[in-house]
Amino acid sequence: MLLIPCPWCGPRAQVEFTYGGDATVRRPGPDAPEAAWVEYVYVRDNPAGPHHEWWLHGAGCRRWFRVRRDTRTHEILGSAPPGQELRGGAA
Amino acid sequence: MKYSIFSLARNALSRHERWPLAWRSPRPKPRYDAVIVGGGGHGLATAYYLAKEHGLTNVAVLEKGYLGGGNTGRNTTIVRSNYHLDPNVHFYEFSLKLWEGLAQDLNFNVMYSARGVLNLVHTPADMDAAMRRGNAMRLNGIDARFLTTGEIARRIPNLDCSPDARFPIHGGLLQPRGGTVRHDAVAWGYARAADARGVDIIQQCEVTGIRIEDGAVAGVDTTQGFIATPKLGLAVAGHTGRLAAMAGLTLPIETHVLQALVSDPVKPVLDTVVTSGAVHFYVSQSDKGELVMGGDLDFCNSYAQRGNLPIIEHVVGACLALFPAFGRLKVMRTWGGICDMTMDGSPIVGKLPVKGLYMTGGWCYGGFKATPASGWLHAYTIARDEPHPLNAAFTLERFAQGRTIDEKGAGPIPWAH
Repeated sequence: MLLIPCPWCGPRAQVEFTYGGDATVRRPGPDAPEAAWVEYVYVRDNPAGPHHEWWLHGAGCRRWFRVRRDTRTHEILGSAPPGQELRGGAA
Repeated sequence: MKYSIFSLARNALSRHERWPLAWRSPRPKPRYDAVIVGGGGHGLATAYYLAKEHGLTNVAVLEKGYLGGGNTGRNTTIVRSNYHLDPNVHFYEFSLKLWEGLAQDLNFNVMYSARGVLNLVHTPADMDAAMRRGNAMRLNGIDARFLTTGEIARRIPNLDCSPDARFPIHGGLLQPRGGTVRHDAVAWGYARAADARGVDIIQQCEVTGIRIEDGAVAGVDTTQGFIATPKLGLAVAGHTGRLAAMAGLTLPIETHVLQALVSDPVKPVLDTVVTSGAVHFYVSQSDKGELVMGGDLDFCNSYAQRGNLPIIEHVVGACLALFPAFGRLKVMRTWGGICDMTMDGSPIVGKLPVKGLYMTGGWCYGGFKATPASGWLHAYTIARDEPHPLNAAFTLERFAQGRTIDEKGAGPIPWAH
């Protein structure tokens, strides 16, 4: 069971959360070429190592936040609210 | 040596101490006509069909660990072709037909057991979807039968078919030719048959880099040195993204872990593969007597080959809701395998945008049943440098072209397929 540190509620059990996927993808501007949209919708870096990802604390404060987690070990390296710098672990 | 009743009798006389090794363990040659990365079912099948169907025998299979040590040895051994979308229907039916003759073809007992795969239906909406899929299968010439609750209760007496069950059963879609195959035997059978045709199977040989010269594959760097080849096929399941990155490619794939578990072994209690899409659960009984079961992915990216307990709890909870009698069993073992989940839930089998580079991957968590067709069509594509009509739709380019093959209609959320 992962113990996920919600920035607002503190560490809580994994079952309270919903995964939201890769937090590094950025929605292109409306004028961006089609290739940029293909990248955004479909293509992922899929790293074996630290992964920057979205989680929703659905059974708690119901807020989205970001987590850095090592996909090889499931170790959680840090968490942060949207827009704030993610502390803990290597970049 | 051909395995037969006579070879068994001969070796019984020598107390089974003189069986020859099933395959060689050669040192890698400096150059091959084709190199396949990944010594699981898909990679070994590719090499076998390259040799058998296309006469390409100067071929190596490189495996970083041991044969069948990845997802080939970690799946729940189910084979079926009960799909709805045309490319999937034809692909998986081709695969099931290969399964049916595989033991004879390989001279190796892969223990294909056509015990039937039953998809339970719990709601009227489930019923519509199952009827629609069953009709699509029958229109494509594939066996599909709809069973009533009464027929299911007679066929599977342990299943709770009462009206007050937690997940009431309204009926089910049965594919009688679906069933199970002994997964380790698939790796061993393909390895032995490929080796007999001259393929070099090289274990403990990890690919560390892909060399590309003038836009074409020149060879691979490995832990056993450089190996030159003009044609490189990737069959590495959850590591597809890592290998493609060595060729400068980023794929529409995420790597996720799928868990499975077995109970302690008991006498025969379940002679059909039973699945429930509504609770996402599947179970069958192995020849050893263990109940083999699984459910959802862990829902977050993982390369760890092990998962977390909430999913195990969900799987066991689903099992007990459907089969209350199994509550006396104990979970004996759990494990995880890492799956390359694509953005539409369908595989990528074909050419990659580097000359001489091919892949069979993106199998999500349904790769085992595809093994023979995957190898056959991967081999065809490598030998002819063009896809066969059966894998022509499973391209990497389909995402950019708006031609996704989304069986479940889940959209570009890889862990939802």
